[in-house]
Order: sequence, then C-alpha cells, then structure tokens
Amino acid sequence: MTVSSGELKKARIVGLTGDEAVAQAVKQCDVDVISAYPITPQTIIVERLSEFVANGELDAEFVPVESEHSALSVVTASALTGARVFTATSSQGLALMYEILYITSALRTPVVMAIVNRALSAPINIHCDHSDTLGARDSGWIQLYGENVQEAYDLIFQAYKIAENRNVLLPVMVCLDGFTLSHTLERVELIDDQDALSYLPKKLCYPFPINPERPATYGPLALTDFYFEFKVQQAEAMRQALSVIPQAMREYEKISGRHYYFFDAYGLEDADVAVVCLGSASGTMRYIARELRKEGHKVALVKLTVYRPFPTEELVSALEDMKVVIAMDRSLSFGAVGGPLFEDLRSAFYDHEKRPLIGCIVYGLGGRDLTPSDARSIFKYGLEIAKTGMVPERVKFVGVRE
Amino acid sequence: MSIALKNLPREEPFAPGHSACQGCGPAIVLRMTFKALRPDETAVVAFATGCMEVVSTIYPFTAWRIPFVHLAFENVAAAASGIESALRALERKGLFKSKKKVHVIAFGGDGGTFDIGLQALSGALERGHKFLYICYDNEAYMNTGIQRSGATPFAAWTTTSPVGSKIPGKPQFKKNLVGIAAAHEIPYAATASPAFWADYIRKVRRALDADGPALIHVLCPCPLGWRFDPSMTIDVARLAVETRFFPLYEIENGRKYRITFKVPRPKPIMEYLKLQGRYRHLTRPEYSDLVKRLQEAVDSFYHWLEHMEKATSDL
Repeated sequence: MTVSSGELKKARIVGLTGDEAVAQAVKQCDVDVISAYPITPQTIIVERLSEFVANGELDAEFVPVESEHSALSVVTASALTGARVFTATSSQGLALMYEILYITSALRTPVVMAIVNRALSAPINIHCDHSDTLGARDSGWIQLYGENVQEAYDLIFQAYKIAENRNVLLPVMVCLDGFTLSHTLERVELIDDQDALSYLPKKLCYPFPINPERPATYGPLALTDFYFEFKVQQAEAMRQALSVIPQAMREYEKISGRHYYFFDAYGLEDADVAVVCLGSASGTMRYIARELRKEGHKVALVKLTVYRPFPTEELVSALEDMKVVIAMDRSLSFGAVGGPLFEDLRSAFYDHEKRPLIGCIVYGLGGRDLTPSDARSIFKYGLEIAKTGMVPERVKFVGVRE
Repeated sequence: MSIALKNLPREEPFAPGHSACQGCGPAIVLRMTFKALRPDETAVVAFATGCMEVVSTIYPFTAWRIPFVHLAFENVAAAASGIESALRALERKGLFKSKKKVHVIAFGGDGGTFDIGLQALSGALERGHKFLYICYDNEAYMNTGIQRSGATPFAAWTTTSPVGSKIPGKPQFKKNLVGIAAAHEIPYAATASPAFWADYIRKVRRALDADGPALIHVLCPCPLGWRFDPSMTIDVARLAVETRFFPLYEIENGRKYRITFKVPRPKPIMEYLKLQGRYRHLTRPEYSDLVKRLQEAVDSFYHWLEHMEKATSDL
C-alpha cells in the first residue's frame, strides 16, 4: 500500500482495531444479510456489526446462528437470493465451515468472509498462524491477506468488487492476523460513504437471483456427465479473477489514494535475495530489510496480498532475477515437500528458464512472535544460500525451541 | 377450515418426470404440499440432501416449477433461514418485489432432520424465522440404502440394524421430533400422513398462516426400504394411523395439543407390521415379546396424547 497524491476528498482519520475496521468497511458496503457465530479473535467484528444493525446505522438482517456451518449456509443461500452478504470467522470456525466452503464457491455466490487468522487445535490456541486459511486454499475461494489494519479495511471493499464481477462470481476471504491486527489499534483513513457506494453500486448481487417469477433450480445433482464441466468453469473464473483483481484495485485507488496490487515489493530492483510472506509479518520483515540494505546487503521483501488465485506469471517475472527466494510459511503442510507458499512458489518457477534457489521458512505457529532478530536470521539464511549456492534444508523452522 | 378436493389448485409446482420409485410416499407428500397454496401465494423450496433432492434435480433436468435450493445435508434449516432473511431485507430495501406472497418451505428426510440436521433446525426454530419445515420421514437413510436413523422404529430391520441372532432389529425407540419442535414453543407443530390428505393440506395451510416457524412431520412409507408392494403405500400409511402407531396431532405454541384424527378402536399393530418386510421377523413366535413391547409403547404414547389434549383443551 502506497499513498499517491491526487484530487481526493479529505479522508476521515480514526483509530480502529482490525476487527473494528472490518466491521466499519462492511457497514459502508451496505450489506443486506450478515450471519456469524462468535469465535476469538473474530468476535468483535460481529459484535460491532450487530450494534450497527441494532442502532439502525446499517439496514441489514443479522442472523445470529448456532454454528459457523450454519453461518456460511445462511449467507450462501442469502447470496443466491441476490443479497450482499457478509460473515466472519477464525480457525475452528473455518474448519467447521469446510463442507460449505466448496458449495459457496461452486454455486458462484459472491460471499465475502473476513477470516481472523488463528491456529488450529490441538492443542487449542487462540493466537495467529495461517493454518486455517492455507488449509482452505483449494476450496475455490479468492484469498486476500492484509498487512495492517488499513489494508484489512481497504480489502473488504475490493473483495466485494472482485466477488461481484460477472466474470468472476467467486467468494472472497479477507484474511487478517489474529490479535496482531484484529485487536491492535491503528490509524485508519476511512473512505467516503458515497465513494464506497459508487465503487460498489447497490443491486442484486447474484445474476440469477431466487425469484418465484423466474424459477430456477440451485444446487442440483450433476454426475459423470456434467460435474467436470462445472469444475472447469470454476477454474476459468479463477483465471478471470487474475485480470479482474488489478482492475478492481486500480478503481479503488481512485477513491482512496491507496495503491494495491497482487503483491507489494520492496527493494527488488537490485536485490539478490527476496523474502515472500503473507500478512502482518511483512512489517517486521520490511523494517529489517531496510536495515540490512543500509548495511549493504541486497535483500528485498515481497508481501503477497493475493494468494488465491496465485499470481504465478507476475511473481515469476518479479522474482526471476533473484539468486534466492525465501518463502515464509506460517503454517505446516504435514508430510508435504514444504510449506504451501513455498510449494506454490517453487512450482511456479519449474518451467521458467531463470530459476532462483528457493528456501522455505516455517515460523510463528500458534502465535509465536517473529522477533526482529528472527527476521534478521531469515534474511541472513537467504544471503548464505546465495553465497554457497545450495539450500541446506528444504524446510527450516525459525523461532522454535530445539 | 374445510378442504374440498374440487377447490384445490391444479398447478403442480413439483412436476412429473422425476425419478422417484413407484409408490414413493415422499413424492406423494410433495405434490400434496402445494395444494395448500392460495392463488395469491407461491413458494421457494429448500431441500436437504436426500431422496427427494436427488430424484428431482438430476442436471440438466429439474422437476421444479418454483425456485429450488439445495446446499447440503445438515443445513436445510439454515439455508431456509438465509432465503427468508434475504427476501425480507431485499424487500425492505426495494430490491425485491413479488406479486404473490412468497413462502419459504424447507424439506428434509428423517436423516436430515432427526439426526444430522437437528442442530441447524433447532437454531432456525429458536431464531423464529417465518418458514415451514416439512420432515418427510421414511424411517431410515433410504437414499444411501436403508440404514437406521433416529426415526427408525423399535425392532425394525435396516441394513445397519439387521435382524441377527443376538440383536433382532433396532434396539432403540424412535425420537419424538414434534416434541422437540414444540419444546421451541413455535406457533405450530404437527404430524401428518399422506393417507389423510385433507388433514395434511389443512395442516400445511395452518403452518403457512402461522406467525413464525412451523414444523410438520409426515410419515412417508417407502416401498423399497419397508419392503412392501408399491401399490400399498397409502394403505400402509393409513394403517400406521389406524393402529395408533403414528397418531395425527398438532401442537400450538408448544402448549396446546389436539389429536386431529381420533382412533377410538385401534387395530392391533400387527395389522400394520405384517404388511412390511422390515418387520417380517416379528411374525415369528420367538419375537412375540418385541411385538408386545412395541404395542405397549404405542398404547402408552397415545394415552399420553389424550391426556395432553384434555389437559390443554382450555388453553
């Protein structure tokens, strides 16, 4: 996110936590149906939204369901009816929604869901890692990750813009790190209410909404003769999203002055070693990258905002001149080649002529802090690989007791 | 309210051409349901995964002339909640208008209602959505091939409650679904049978007029799973009522009980059991004790109902 100068309305500046900022954005999107179930650290989002509805600040139905499974079922059915909908969850809640995640995307409903990232049980843990959303990476949802509270706020608007695009019609997860962002008060520039609605005009958000005057069958049985075609259409919609996303981001820049792209790069122009990460760790990593560059080390940071669809071509061309790329995974894929982000990155480079060495760092599980010295050791690890020309271990854990 | 055959609507929102079995009880009940709609009313239906969803919507075909929504097995009450909430919000905000009054009707089989869908159903009833939930109960998981459910009666054979040398059929009794619904103190809950069509249509009518959630539990004989000739569906359904095996009653606001078809001189339950292959073992003398236990349970529940009706008659 960079701020560009231009003819913009004077922004209202407020102090909000990540959860409050998400609720504020959802209110400004004039959603029609909200359904959610409380779970730490997401709870404040739905508390604020229920207050907005109770105070008449937001004209919406708030459906206080008995489980996350029902929450996603409610908003999926509401979206089929044409409503603009919202839900939010974390960790176990997302795990309970799993069955419906695939149905929401396959029915092509433009549901937007905030996920406040939290580790999965067991042991039960309320703090941040990305195991919850990374586990859902194949469910047909677009995934956006915010670095700070401002981004969490901004990404909600862009999520609706992308989801409701007729060439996409896929649900979107807006992910923000539990506690680090959800419960941390930061300075947030709000966009103007009118601008929000001109960016996201109010209409029926589903192209063939449920209507007895135009009856249709939603969610039929499709067997060997048609199922495959439905799935290929979903894959095509994901491909379309790759061109719709930057366009939605450019339009958002016009009303906010803030620039978004698939990823945000710092120091790539002359670097040898680039670290790629998701979420709030980017702040610490960028700060250390800046220090190391002052010390003469050619390091860069790429913060990935869009994880699904994976911006393969764009990342490859941005990173092709690196000697070393380090993927920072805040989740584990047990028994796999490496962490999910690492696997995506390494696979993206496989058929490319210029292939950097690629390492995998797993960090921060269960909310384990990523300290500046950890950040420094990660860059140093990359620099060492650049020097020796070999990746010593395919997956390296940082911040864990031996 | 009197229901006359000649006044019923001729429209068939559930069209012929679906692939339900011959003599399918639930298919008959679906057709009858929409006979309760007035000319200025229409419906959106939501279905749990199950026989009726599978037989009516095999892509690229559909048997539905009204909007039909299916998401998954255990969440039809949540799906109906979502449709109802969205229609309300969109109408209020000027984004949806209908010439006819739109009812939301959810359908689930006994598996999708008694068992896996009970949590979502309880949530929806408690929240008070304005919708009608119809459970078409064929007393086992018929879509997967006759496995026992919480609705399977005592001693009945299914593929997961087989009649073995040690355990002869299902050891447990059927769950009281209408009692569970009534415990939510919803405006209307009732049992019904396809053999008593006027009673069923009247109950659907009452349910649609209720100010809040309503539930109707319909016993739907399944020729395939119960092992009887497909021509006998309605006879079997009638005998379930005439033996008091499945009494017809309704409960208003979780309080006021009324038996809608009184059975002063019940036939012995064996009249009902002997028509069905799933109870074939009960005709053997060594299982006469099971029949006795079943008869006692049937008698006891009916007497309790009579007491409830009497006790709540002045409410």
